[in-house]
Amino acid sequence: MPEAAAPASIARPDGWQILKRNRAALIALGFLVGLSLIAIVVPVLLPAELKVTSSASFVPPMQHAVETHATHLLGTDVNGQDMLYRLLSGARVSLGVGLVGALISLGIGTLYGMISGYAGGRIDGVMMRTIEVLQSVPRILFIMILIAALDDYVKEWIDGWRLAAQARNWADLAKTISDVKAYSKVLVMIVSLGLVEWLTMARIVRGQVLVLREMTFVTAARAMGQSPWGVLRRHLLPNLSTIILTYLTLTIPAVILDESFLSFLGLGIEDPAASWGSLLKDGAQVINPLESKWWLLVFPALLMATSLLALNFLGDGLRDAFDPKSGE
Amino acid sequence: MLPFLLRRALSSVIVIFCVISITFVLARITKGGPFDKEKEPPPHIKEALLTRYKLNGTVWDQYTAYVGSLVRFDLGLSTRYRDWRVAELLQQKMPNSFALGSLAFVIASCAGVVLGSLAAMKKDTWIDRTAMFGALLSISIPSFISGPFLIAIFALWLGWLPVGGWGTVSQMILPALCLAAPYIAYVARLMRNSLLDVLKSDFLRTARAKGLTETQAVVRHAVKVAILPVVTFLGPLAAHLLTGSMIVESVFNISGAGMIFVNSIQNRDVFLLGGAVIVYCVLLVLFNLFVDVLYTLLDKRIKLYA
Repeated sequence: MPEAAAPASIARPDGWQILKRNRAALIALGFLVGLSLIAIVVPVLLPAELKVTSSASFVPPMQHAVETHATHLLGTDVNGQDMLYRLLSGARVSLGVGLVGALISLGIGTLYGMISGYAGGRIDGVMMRTIEVLQSVPRILFIMILIAALDDYVKEWIDGWRLAAQARNWADLAKTISDVKAYSKVLVMIVSLGLVEWLTMARIVRGQVLVLREMTFVTAARAMGQSPWGVLRRHLLPNLSTIILTYLTLTIPAVILDESFLSFLGLGIEDPAASWGSLLKDGAQVINPLESKWWLLVFPALLMATSLLALNFLGDGLRDAFDPKSGE
Repeated sequence: MLPFLLRRALSSVIVIFCVISITFVLARITKGGPFDKEKEPPPHIKEALLTRYKLNGTVWDQYTAYVGSLVRFDLGLSTRYRDWRVAELLQQKMPNSFALGSLAFVIASCAGVVLGSLAAMKKDTWIDRTAMFGALLSISIPSFISGPFLIAIFALWLGWLPVGGWGTVSQMILPALCLAAPYIAYVARLMRNSLLDVLKSDFLRTARAKGLTETQAVVRHAVKVAILPVVTFLGPLAAHLLTGSMIVESVFNISGAGMIFVNSIQNRDVFLLGGAVIVYCVLLVLFNLFVDVLYTLLDKRIKLYA
């Protein structure tokens, strides 16, 4: 790209204004903020008897369970757990895995892309060939293999901490750790998904760095004796922030989808933790034409589809506003 | 052309080799071997089994043995389905996935190109907005949600198509549609953006000036150029669809390649997993190569560099 044309296409000072005029993206943002708040706050406020398993299994929505005298707004599942509670704690896990997994991929991808683009030449060539190789790896399959490989090691590692705590007679800590162990799969999923999803981010960042590094302010910074690392951190990173934010927003739904695929196949999140994928798996298992337990399938499906739609709307809005390479 | 093909063939072999190495090593350092059962077999039997399948010794020994057999075009034996060769298992399951995948591929590419072109030609009208909203919707809905809903609508409610089963074309339509849905959306969005760019170009103004109607201009001239970015996407898409989607196969209860992936990981069936990965990578590499060659045929300006 010629240097004179570059500033206009990169700076685009009106990006936030473009975003503000995009009503669909703003509604999506509001929905996501609201959902996150509800998912964080409401499960804490729910009465304790709704959070445990009970004998009142398959209570339809809006009905009073005879066994426990509790009203279940969205019904209960096979173990008599309240669906609203399951759904919201599932939202916590799904959104959390999506966000943290995407953040990991952002970290790796940005660093990789910046180094590759700024170094240029042979290093750039090798690093980009590596990405091409990694892109021809079947992604979901690779995540599965990684999860299978990491899972037992992580469980063993957490167990090591528990035994160490027990040896020192810290009963509380040991109990906390064994509670955490039930959720170890969440950790494994986050790491595996983050390790696999960074390729697009790396390529986008590299492309931007290739343009930026030819610009005068970078030459000036270099002439003033800044180290390559300083140039990357102080001058390139701020200019990359909006595009990174955009692709972060688009990576989150991809990570959530992958997580739900794996959980649906029974390779992902395990009880007692729940995610939208594992809830849908449970829902699909009890579906039969005679006696439909539709609430187990419909509520997670609706919430998941709406959230992914909102994330994609927001991501598209951000891309229209900030990515000089997309569209008009 | 020939040096290009040779170079690509060489780099493809290297790619496949890297992928298979990573897969094998990861699968072997995973805890739990292929012969670990809840009831632990006697050590000498386990040892004999491991020796028979060349899975004893260090990971490096196992790896070299495996690569050695691969070089002789031998994919090895399945450790789970005893006495089945990996090649036989793949031969048995792949055709189902291929049939499903090809149908989904045709649906995705045709519907995507048509919808995308329509949206671009009717930019900013209700047609464009509906198509693009539909695209975003079908990207956002995973197949294990859309699958049951498609069954409920078309099979149970309208009664147009059978609920399940496998073999006839009418039984394949629902799973193929379910598999194709998000990809229709990707293709449509690519096609729309690229056609919008092409519609602004000079040669199209000439075509209009010659007196062609807008439809004629688009069909005869614009689509040929605008389809190029779509073609790049079709390569990986084809490999992806042909090797089967695990989710769609499990929702519609089809026994195909997708289930091989899932089961071989859970059963620690290293050789079957390796075989499936190889098939996937070879297809991916072949389709990408095919796309590059197709590119030069569609756009005479592009030359393949050696």
